Amino acid sequence: MKQPPIIEVHNLTVLYGRKPALWNIDFDLPEKQVIGIMGPNGSGKSTLLKSIMGVVTPTSGFTKVYDQSLNNVRNRVSYVPQRQDIDWDFPASVWEIVAMGRYQKRGLFKKLTTEDQDIITDSLEKVNMLGYAKRQISQLSGGQQQRVFLARAIAQQGDLFLMDEPFAGVDIATEEMIISLLKDMKDAGKTLVIVHHDLHTAQSYFDHLVLLNTRLIASGPTEEVFTDQILTDTYGGKLTTISKISQELENKEFPIRHK
Amino acid sequence: MNDFYTILTASLVAINCALMGGFLIMRKMVMIGDAISHAVLPGIFVAYYISGSTASLPILAGAAFSGILATLMIEWFTKKARLQSDAAIGVSYTLLFAIGIILISKWGQNADLDQQCVLYGEIEQISFWLQPIAFGIVLPKQTVILLAVAVLLIGAVIWGYKGLFITTFDPDFALSTGVAVTFWHYFLMSGVSLTTVVSFESVGAILVIAFLSGPPAIAYLLTEDFKKMLILACLVGILCSIGGYYAAKWLDVSVAGAISTFIGLVFMIVFIGTSVLKRKVDVIST
Repeated sequence: MKQPPIIEVHNLTVLYGRKPALWNIDFDLPEKQVIGIMGPNGSGKSTLLKSIMGVVTPTSGFTKVYDQSLNNVRNRVSYVPQRQDIDWDFPASVWEIVAMGRYQKRGLFKKLTTEDQDIITDSLEKVNMLGYAKRQISQLSGGQQQRVFLARAIAQQGDLFLMDEPFAGVDIATEEMIISLLKDMKDAGKTLVIVHHDLHTAQSYFDHLVLLNTRLIASGPTEEVFTDQILTDTYGGKLTTISKISQELENKEFPIRHK
Repeated sequence: MNDFYTILTASLVAINCALMGGFLIMRKMVMIGDAISHAVLPGIFVAYYISGSTASLPILAGAAFSGILATLMIEWFTKKARLQSDAAIGVSYTLLFAIGIILISKWGQNADLDQQCVLYGEIEQISFWLQPIAFGIVLPKQTVILLAVAVLLIGAVIWGYKGLFITTFDPDFALSTGVAVTFWHYFLMSGVSLTTVVSFESVGAILVIAFLSGPPAIAYLLTEDFKKMLILACLVGILCSIGGYYAAKWLDVSVAGAISTFIGLVFMIVFIGTSVLKRKVDVIST
């Protein structure tokens, strides 16, 4: 039985000036899976996420979430922006940032309740950052910053999470922590859409893949779309990456030899 | 009593500017205050030309009009022409300021309206404008306006704190949760325009910019809590007003110039002080 799509993208085109960032993208995403969005640098991955979240206005086409316009279901969707887009020298504490995840439910003009405080505490605990609640964000490592962003998204208590490069520039421990957290979230019935750039881990992390290069190259279950041909189409001229990957695909059983 | 009026007026400008400047420096757009304070010139001249007087109300209206025109121009250049925001600011305000200078040099010869006054203000003469307010309290007219604006801004920042905070720290996230980011942008810009327009008349454009950027920057070096930073910026601004005023009296120089210099010196001292302190902490912790 086929699940109803959680995100639908229809004929989406986004132009920056006269340069297309996304060109006529059309796909559906299934519910309750870990979904990867991949493609080379500048292929429109972040723009796609931003268009779905209404941060970027599409030039043409539209997107639907839960078969509705985003505005009706905003409280079910959490967005984790790219960590590098933020000024981490901002004078604020970890707690204050995660508390932003509650602004939407509570409104901008009401005090946060004890229920909110519990949710914030809980979210920080889930990412192992409760001990850092009072810490200034400027004192955090890259991995810790990413965990704070994740905690903020968890505090929103949505069902669908869109994350922009959560593994970029984080340490191994954080990457492992995040991936096990994502698996727990998926088991709890959440849907996770993740912009990712590391082809080596794609197969083990994602159930479903969207491959982009300004145009949509492929969208489907990982085992169907993670093929030599599709990767070559996606990464085009970047031969070194491609040859490395295809070699790895071919020699999967063999240990990598160094000369 | 003159001392008191001048210091009170400068301190009120300092508070207004610190509140707005705190948000502006975190949004990396403090120079928008620079732009507005210069861009008011053509509006002031046109208001003067039409009304034929240098009375406060038409002048303020004219200034507010060209201040808002400047923010809209900057917004338009960045959004539609995809210009870098600092370039958009530079193009917009120099254009408006230059138009103002041309208008004044052509038709404003006999008016007691000149570029000097816009740039440096006339805070020394503030007590010429004394008038009774209520309960036997006598205050200069501009000081009363500044006081009203300070009350308004403190109220607005408390009321809109979360909205301003979230859209300053992470506008994309704010937008994704349905926060009206554009509303908060113009909410802040209105506050900045209001502050600049009511302030420059008494203290001049240079001191407005010094107050918008200096005290918040000093406070930023001293604390890592944004609320404390805003309060500290107000206090630093008041202290610099007092220090600068007495320095000006002692050296017999321009008050606006002395306060601006005082702010700059305090910034340097705090900057050197915090760097030395940080190095010490680093040495201890390693």
